[in-house]
Parts: sequence; structure tokens; C-alpha cells
Amino acid sequence: MELRSRVPTGPLEGKWERHKFEMKLVNPANKRKYTILVVGSGLAGASAAATLSELGYNVKCYCFQDSPRRAHSIAAQGGINAAKNYQNDGDSIYRLFYDTVKGGDFRAREANVYRLAQISVTIIDQCVAQGVPFAREYGGLLSNRSFGGAQVSRTFYARGQTGQQLLLGAYQALEKEIANGGVTMYPRTEMLDLIVVDGRARGIVIRNELTGKIESHLGDAVVLGTGGYGNVFYLSTNAKGTNTTAIWRSYKRGAAFGNPCYTQIHPTCIPVSGDYQSKLTLMSESLRNDGRVWVPKKQGDKRPPHEIPEAERDYYLERKYPSFGNLAPRDISSRSAKEVCDEGRGVGETALGVYLDFADAIKRLGEASIRERYGNLFEMYQRITDEDPYKIPMRIYPAVHYTMGGLWVDYNLMSTIPGLHVIGEANFSDHGANRLGASALMQGLADGYFVLPYTIGDYIASAKLAPVTTDHPVVRSTEADVTERTKRLLAIKGKRTAASFHRELGKIMWDNCGMARNEQGLKRALKEIPALREEFWENVNVPGASAELNQSLEHAGRVADFLELGELMCLDALHRTESCGGHFREESQTPDGEALRDDEHFTYVAAWEYAGPESEPILNKERLIFENVKLSQRSYK
Amino acid sequence: MNLTLRVWRQSAPDARGSIVNYEANDISPDMSFLEMLDVVNERLTERGEIPIAFDHDCREGICGSCGVMINGAAHGPMRGTATCQLHMRSFTDGDTITVEPWRARAFPVIKDLCVDRSAFDRIIAAGGYVSANTGGARDANEILIPKENVDTAMDAAACIGCGACVAACPNASASLFTAAKITHLGLLPQGQPERYRRALRMVTRMDLESFGGCTLFGECQDACPKEISIDTIARMNRDYLKAVMIAKAEPDSTTA
Ligand SMILES: Cc1cc2nc3c(=O)[nH]c(=O)nc-3n(C[C@H](O)[C@H](O)[C@H](O)COP(=O)(O)OP(=O)(O)OC[C@H]3O[C@@H](n4cnc5c(N)ncnc54)[C@H](O)[C@@H]3O)c2cc1C
Ligand code: FES
Repeated sequence: MELRSRVPTGPLEGKWERHKFEMKLVNPANKRKYTILVVGSGLAGASAAATLSELGYNVKCYCFQDSPRRAHSIAAQGGINAAKNYQNDGDSIYRLFYDTVKGGDFRAREANVYRLAQISVTIIDQCVAQGVPFAREYGGLLSNRSFGGAQVSRTFYARGQTGQQLLLGAYQALEKEIANGGVTMYPRTEMLDLIVVDGRARGIVIRNELTGKIESHLGDAVVLGTGGYGNVFYLSTNAKGTNTTAIWRSYKRGAAFGNPCYTQIHPTCIPVSGDYQSKLTLMSESLRNDGRVWVPKKQGDKRPPHEIPEAERDYYLERKYPSFGNLAPRDISSRSAKEVCDEGRGVGETALGVYLDFADAIKRLGEASIRERYGNLFEMYQRITDEDPYKIPMRIYPAVHYTMGGLWVDYNLMSTIPGLHVIGEANFSDHGANRLGASALMQGLADGYFVLPYTIGDYIASAKLAPVTTDHPVVRSTEADVTERTKRLLAIKGKRTAASFHRELGKIMWDNCGMARNEQGLKRALKEIPALREEFWENVNVPGASAELNQSLEHAGRVADFLELGELMCLDALHRTESCGGHFREESQTPDGEALRDDEHFTYVAAWEYAGPESEPILNKERLIFENVKLSQRSYK
Repeated sequence: MNLTLRVWRQSAPDARGSIVNYEANDISPDMSFLEMLDVVNERLTERGEIPIAFDHDCREGICGSCGVMINGAAHGPMRGTATCQLHMRSFTDGDTITVEPWRARAFPVIKDLCVDRSAFDRIIAAGGYVSANTGGARDANEILIPKENVDTAMDAAACIGCGACVAACPNASASLFTAAKITHLGLLPQGQPERYRRALRMVTRMDLESFGGCTLFGECQDACPKEISIDTIARMNRDYLKAVMIAKAEPDSTTA
């Protein structure tokens, strides 16, 4: 497989501008004749679908929820980055670019990241024009905060509901286009396969969740904005329905999967409380601006927090990273929390937790200010734990949050299957081995509003596509595969629920491919996952039938795909013997326990190619070339 | 704790439904209401029965997917709380809990506890947006917006579109939902050019769907998981009346 990144030549600053000029345009009068299938209505999908329709294309958009407004993006709390430098604190496009490349531990493509930083400023303008109620100062100007490891204030926010407000902006634009007739929306619809005709993505096979009807939709290009796959771990901060199906099926049809093992574990989540736990709740990282993280110095110290005197507390982030302190990046904070818990200094029932303490901030700023900043988060915490964080320090623990890996795409956001474009969290681009806080919303909207609508035009204008109809043999056979698989799932009628397999897979992944990974554990997981998958296909019990709303069937299909993806993640993690960003290989660390990269051997994107059910996938490498930033050991000390 | 659930079961939109009793034993008070339903469903599946269908996704009270009537109250007994955020510690050992879908003509039941809320999307499509196509926006700081206005707009914009307001209203009116969007956009300078057109179109659409009229009972604001105030409805009514007057005087201006 050839990986052509299609990064334009020339100086970094001018690449995107020149590329935009050099791309072919589609005649406005012809746009209506082209159908683009956009799968997903999150920030990436909704913004793309709306914008493509505004440009004149005929768009079909799909989501599995009952309304496009409910995509997982809605849950993002903290904010969105943009290099506006409104705070006059030294921010710039170059600084956002540099921070993102460094934060990603030098495993992202320079040109993509630079374009993202350039576009960031336009996103804020667009969202404000739509009526997104970003927080403001008394003078009426936009307000910013610093977020997740950044030393400048470049994060725009709408209380603790930034994702919601941005998504509603995109959703409203989408509804406007639906009303105008440019977009046809298919809610409660799942994409179950990709149709590839003559080497090009020409359609998708979908299942209507209400009637169970399986059918094929065809078009001139397919866009996946289907989100991340963190739910392979079962417990994560992702919404329950978040899944890998769309990208996984596309992988099996020939799209390379980039860096599947790069997973972000978020440091500030509410700890697990019992086996019945169905998901983990994120406590926005913005809390680390005012909260101080600590554990007792002594092992197994069971005293309640207020009885532990200052001198017996270890504010370990402040101690280890004096210049970043509690704001150390996510991967580093998470790993440090795991370390202190592994040492037996964790707090709470399960001893898998650390304190996030607001006592000092309340003393300094008053309870009212803290309430104004974090009121809704404190309330959420109290609702879940039954503890009052104004009085007792919060308990937090890391949880799976985001997947930097995803389908490999070139500079045009096109996968290795011509015509298949991938945007938002579903692709691998921009964040390297670790994503900075408030950068996913930025990337999803950059892709959807400002990158894809240009690059897809270039594809459509250049590709000479022969017409395809639903009786094409490939369309039929792809559809038959889906029907067959659905039947098979329902026919097993074994003894275990899909949820029980999902939980077991999650545990294997968390134990062996989680915050710290080593050869032995990964090899173990690579034995356990196929065995579990085999059992799944013999012993899963999917009640009900196909021609009805069947949530058990939907879930079982997703678990089946996770059971395959988990194996690829472990394979990728095993082959990458260096540590970088969220991927920490215990064998590769500095004397003081920090991630140690191996630039000589691993400065590349691992793009895995499916080779059939019986063979190991093929590893392709896209070498990463750094012309502008110097690779350095990441240090936050 | 041990509970008895009385759950509305209905196999399809046109099937007859009925209340079915289930024992829910060994429930932890730390579980969320939906986690309790998960446990009941796993046990049903293991026994070869069909699990209870219910909508959910984020389980953080923000996506608006979840929502059931719990003992006759939309989202259950706790104020400002969506079903997914309700915890079993709000109940006592031995309780009987009745769980039903939203009841409203405009929200037909699909299966068990799932209803069709697509009417909400159609109300937004009628005008719940600012027509600002991508590209061409001015610098975000060019228009100043008083903090108070943005804060009040944000209070209204917090709506999650769950439908509890409709389910709680004796008339099954969608006024709070519609008014929340009209208020959010109407308070911002960007929302001014389409302000009256928006109110007219959204209210007209709301009336076309099978929602009832608003008689200001106020049940909606008590049931709203985001505690959106019925002050928004007063604002909607004012904008709507003005829009009707404008439409009479200049027929093309608000309907075009
Ligand atoms: C709790 C939480 C808080 C976060 N906070 C922040 C933050 O403050 N700042 C930040 O930058 N990022 C944040 N993130 C990350 C960010 O929210 C996500 O990365 C981003 O929203 C993903 O957007 P998306 O459009 O790529 O995908 P999603 O929003 O996940 O949308 C996926 C869409 O695809 C559809 N879909 C999926 N599979 C299928 C299928 N097979 N068939 C049909 N449709 C399908 C879904 O229905 C949905 O519409 C947060 C994430 C979480 C979990
Ligand atoms: S599941 Fe999202 S609001 Fe309850």
C-alpha cells in the first residue's frame, strides 16, 4: 500500500493557502448532481454536512441517535482552543501549532497541525456568527481560560457546556439545510458497511434501527465523522453508543488504520464505584486551574482528608513538575496518578483515586467565585458521589477519554480508499500521540467547516466516476454480507449477554493496553482477545429479532467489532517499543520514569492494512518529517 | 435494596401496551436509574426474555436522549435532574416504581419506553437558527455583547431537547422547548435580523405538530432537567405577537 500524504510543498505558512488555490473547483451549477454521504452528525459530521449543502451539494447525513443534536460531541465540557491572542499573553498561530506538535509528542504531521492552528481563529468567528453564547467579560468581549497544559489563555468556553453549544450551532445549521432541501437526514440509522466499487468508496450499507431494514445508499463520495473508539475499554467517558463500526468496516474494506494504540486517558474522572458501573464521568480538566492534586505521603493512610495535616500530604504534580504543577498535560497527570496508587497511596474505598482539593482556592477566591466557575461540575460530582466538593476534596482517577488513532488520512482528509474521507475523532490526524485539552472540538470543526468542503470538491472534480446502481454486484454482495452477519448474531442464542463480553474485553484492554503497557501484557492480551472473540460468536445471546427496534442487536454488532479492533490496538502497541504521549511502554522510560521516545526508529505513523481474516495485518509506515520544529524530549518540569 | 418495577411494555408503535411487573433485587443505592435498568435487562436477557427498550447515550444529563416518567413525574423525583443522573439513593428499599414513556400525541411510542421526538427537530428546522453560512464571518470580538445578555441567553440555550416539558404539561405543549430557542437567539445581536420571522415560523410549526396549547401551568419548568424558566415563554409570546403584526402590515417580510 502506498501512503501519499499529499502535503503541499513550500513554506509551512503558505501551504494551505496555495493548496486551496491549486485544488480543482466543481462548477456551482453541477454541485447538485453530486451526492455526498456524511455518516455522523457530531461536530465534524454536522458542520461538514451543513457546509457541503450550503455549497450546493446533495447531502445525506446519518446518525444512530434519534436526533442529530444528540451526538457525543454534545458532552464536551471544557472548551475550544483558538489562537486569537485576545488576552495579549503571547499566543499566536505558531505557538498553538508548536504546542500541539509538542503536546502530541512529535508524532503528528506538521502541515496538518499548522493548518489547524490557522483555521482555529476562523472557527470562533463562525460560531459567534451562529449565535453560540461563549462566555464574555463585563465589557462585552469574549472571555478565555487556560486549559490542559497550555501556558496561554486561548480556550473559549460556554460555561461547562462548550460542546453542547458548538454542536447546537452546527445542528441548527444542519436543520436549516434540511429545511432548504439540501440535506436529507437519516436518524436512528446505523452504517454497517462500506461499498467500494472499482477501488472507490461509492456508498454505504445501512440498517434502519426502527424497522431493521437493511439497504444501500450510493453517492459520489463518503465522509465518516463517526467519532472515537474509546468504548473498546467498556468503561470510558464516551457516550454509551460511541463505537468503532463505521471505521472498522471501512478498514476491512481497505482503509488503513493509523496508530490504533494511541489512546488518551484523562486524569480527572470520577472513580469507579462498583461492577454495575456503565460509564465514567469526566470532571472537566478546567478544575485543575484551581484544584490541587494530592495523596497522603504514607501508604494505606485511611484517615479522612481533613485529618491529614499539610506536612503529610504529597502534592505530587506540584512536586514533580514545578513549572506546570497541577496543569501538567493529561498523559503525564494520568500516569502520575496511577503511580501513586500503585504505591498504595490511593484514596477512597477502592484506593484507586487521588484528591482534587479546592480548599485553598475557596480560601483565596471565596466560595462564590468557585461556584461561578465550576458550579455545574460540582453539582454533577455531588449527584454521583453524594459528597459535597465544597467541603470534602473531590476524588478523581484517570479514565479512557479519547482516541488519537483512527483511519489514516492524507492532507485532504481522504483515506487510502479514494472517495472515503474521514473527519473529526474518527481520523488519526493532528494530535499525534497525545491530544491537548480543547483541541478536539477545534479539529472536528476545522475539518467539517473549513477543510473537507474544499478538499472533497477537488476529489469530485478530478474523479471520473461511472454511475453505479443498487443492482451492481458489489453493492449486492456487501449488502448480503451485512444481512448474513445480522442473522448470524441473532441465531447464536447462547448464554452470555453482549454486555458481559464487552466488560471482559474492556478489562483485558485496560489491564494490558491502558495507561502503561509492556511486552508480556500485550502478548497475553493478544492471546485472550481472539479466544474471547471465538466464545462470543458461539455463546452470545442476542434476544429479539431483526425487523424491529432491537438495542441488543445494535450493541452486539458493536461489541463484535470492538473484539477485532482490540487486537489491532494491542498489536500496534506491541510493535511500538518506544513510549510516546499516551502510549507508555514500561520498557522505554527515562531514569525518573518519564516517557522515552525512540525517534530513530519510530518517527512514523503506523498505518495498518487489513490482510484478510487469517493473516496478520500489514504495517505500512508514513515517515514524519519535521522541517520547522526541533524534536526534543518533552519536559514540563 | 429490593424494588418492584412496574414498566410499560409495548412491542411496536401500533401494538397494545401494558404495565408489566418486575422484581429488581440487590440494587445498589449508588447505581444510576439507568444502571438499575441495565441490571434488570441483563437478567431478562439471561432468562431468555426481551429486555426493556429505552433511549440513552451520554448518561451525563446533556444529550437529552433519556427520559421516562417515574412514578408519574418526568425524569423522576429530583429537581433539575435527567433520568440518567438520578441515583437509586433517591428511593427506599421495598419501593414500587412505575416507569412509563413520555405521554403526548406529538411523541408517539416506538417501543417500551422509547418515543418519537422528531417533531422537535422540525421545530428547529422551521427557524431555530441564525442563517450564517460558513465563511465570511466577522472577527468574533467585533460585536460586543453585554455579559448579562449572554448569560441569560446561555440559561435558555442549555435546553437538552429531552421532551420532559411536553411530558409534564397537562396540555402536552412544546412551548418551553420552542421558547428556549427563541429566547437564546433573540437575546443576541446575531439573532436580531431573523428574530420575528423565527418566532412566527417556529410557533406555527409547533402548532402544526400535535402539541397542545400553553396555559401557563408551569409544570414544564419544574420538570426541566436544566431548570429553564417559563419567563422564556412570555418572551416567545411577545415576539410572536409582534411577528403576527409585522406579517399583517408587510406580508412578505416574515414569511419569505
Ligand atoms: C466527556 C467528554 C468531554 C470532552 N470535552 C472536550 C472539550 O472540552 N474540548 C475538546 O476539544 N474536546 C472534548 N472532548 C472530545 C470531543 O468531544 C470529541 O472528540 C468530539 O466531540 C468528537 O466529535 P466527532 O464529530 O468526531 O464525533 P461524535 O461527536 O462522537 O459524533 C459521532 C457521530 O457519528 C454517528 N455515528 C457513529 N457511528 C455510526 C454508525 N455506524 N452509523 C451511523 N452513524 C454513526 C453518531 O450518531 C454521531 O452522530 C470531550 C469528550 C468527552 C467524552
Ligand atoms: S442519557 Fe444523555 S441526557 Fe440522559
